[in-house]
Amino acid sequence: MTQTATVEKKATRAGFGEALLELGHKNPMVVALCADLTGSLKMDAFAKAFPDRFFQAGIAEANMIGMAAGLSIGGKIPFTGTFANFSTGRVYDQIRQSVAYSDKNVKICASHAGLSLGEDGATHQILEDIGLMKMLPGMTVINPCDFNQTKAATHAIAEHRGPVYLRFGRPDWPNFTPADQKFEIGKAICMREGHDVSIIATGHMVWIALKAAEELAMQGVSAEIIDIHTIKPLDEDAIVSSLQKTGCAVTAEEHSIHGGLGDSIAQCLARKIPAPVEMVAVNDQFGESGKPLELMSKYGLDTPDVVAAAIRAMSRK
Amino acid sequence: MSDPNYLQQVSTQVRRDIIRMVNGAASGHPGGSLGAADYLVALFMEIMDHDPKNFDMDGKGQDIFVLSNGHLSAALYSVLSRSGYFPSEELGTFRKMGTRLQGHPCTEKGLPGIRVATGSLGQGLSVAIGVALAKKLDKDPKKVFCLMGDGELQEGQVWEAAMYAAANKVDNLIAAVDYNGKQIDGSLDDVMPLGDLKAKWDVFGWKVLEAKGNDMEDLIKTLRDAISYTDKGIPVVILLHTEMGFGVDFMMGTHKWHGVAPNDEETARALDQLEETLGDY
Repeated sequence: MTQTATVEKKATRAGFGEALLELGHKNPMVVALCADLTGSLKMDAFAKAFPDRFFQAGIAEANMIGMAAGLSIGGKIPFTGTFANFSTGRVYDQIRQSVAYSDKNVKICASHAGLSLGEDGATHQILEDIGLMKMLPGMTVINPCDFNQTKAATHAIAEHRGPVYLRFGRPDWPNFTPADQKFEIGKAICMREGHDVSIIATGHMVWIALKAAEELAMQGVSAEIIDIHTIKPLDEDAIVSSLQKTGCAVTAEEHSIHGGLGDSIAQCLARKIPAPVEMVAVNDQFGESGKPLELMSKYGLDTPDVVAAAIRAMSRK
Repeated sequence: MSDPNYLQQVSTQVRRDIIRMVNGAASGHPGGSLGAADYLVALFMEIMDHDPKNFDMDGKGQDIFVLSNGHLSAALYSVLSRSGYFPSEELGTFRKMGTRLQGHPCTEKGLPGIRVATGSLGQGLSVAIGVALAKKLDKDPKKVFCLMGDGELQEGQVWEAAMYAAANKVDNLIAAVDYNGKQIDGSLDDVMPLGDLKAKWDVFGWKVLEAKGNDMEDLIKTLRDAISYTDKGIPVVILLHTEMGFGVDFMMGTHKWHGVAPNDEETARALDQLEETLGDY
């Protein structure tokens, strides 16, 4: 299979920015707030087109989250934008009380998540954000895999009533899903069918999983690839029906091994269809400076890591 | 305009409610609630344009209030019920299992009058600014009110919000500080002094007013002044000079009653000092 060979690269954050601009035209209730990272979040087009509906909060993320909650009381649909670290850990209590517990229709949109932020290093490379956000009652957590999917997800969350955490990244990344894909919150997408092992991936790692499936195919292993763009609520039916075929699973995410997709899948399997699980994730460490792909390789998030995890999972059946 | 004497009678009933609620729950925050009762009565019964019988979350075309120091929940619940948001009988459920009157205000239980959860301090002013921005977008001329504790001003987020509101001319907002000088661990001056609080708000770009926070006539006058300063390009804050525990002699002049409920004997002594005016719940 050579389907991963030649694919155009585009950043997921650019998909967010394009969709936000489209939403601005489409839905007058959509407003946006940013904490001094308008260019990085690709929110500048929205800010220029809709200056009255764009709120520059400055480097004051806590106030930004609170203002977003207040705007939603007036019926607006606020999208906040900053890096994933500042979107979650820095403002956890504000999100918990003013947004989640208060059931506000706020969309927390977070770029530069994970190791692939690159050179800025561990202060900015949050690997705990999925865990932090999925722990909050009522919070929907979405980590799309490429430009097209991020764009589709941004449109979908505007239609969804309730708080959402939308996580995406900085680097240019293969844009391999169709532009006209149907994006349904909480509905997994089977990217490739197989019968030996289920590789369940989220975010940038879906692409790595597809590359791993090609390598596994050369070794005679048939891997099923599932794109879990919505980590919460989890599409448990899709997981169970895949595991009924394959009998073992690998999870893959650009996140800590604690609290992320791996935990959610393991919990689902333990309750519904016990099976061996191997997790490709960062092993209880902070990241460091480097190029995105170098870092993903060093921290065990590369194609060979997924291949090895699949072999291990199959051997435990 | 209501008779200040009548509003004062409402305040006395609210104080009775507060004492009975925290005694009934054997927990809660009577001190600050007693001190801020007059402000809340003036606001809800005289100043605000609102519709207690037809509460909805958006509150379009109505004035909106955010209690940032959510631990004053007993005072807020009493005033909400005495304003008609819900029957006063429900005050007896305060802090009990299954109640809509949670220890700190929340939206989850659906209590009319509450639009955001508060309790973890420092967040309400930001929310109030957001509501004010939404009103501006909607060309809704109504105002947004927000009460904060003075100890709460030690939270950094308050000053993020203060900076934002002035820089962005959020002038349909009237904040107030319950300036009683006390917090759980002692006096503000001992725990973390605020320095010249009036000057602080002033240099942050706010119009600062001051009121005798336990004087109904002065409260109403100052709130009316505050409204006259809205829509002029600057946000308004009122420093309410209140006394923690006001109305109950042994609860005044100390921080001891910040978060302690009176026992039955203390409750009886307190109620002896507070005439039943509207009828106990």
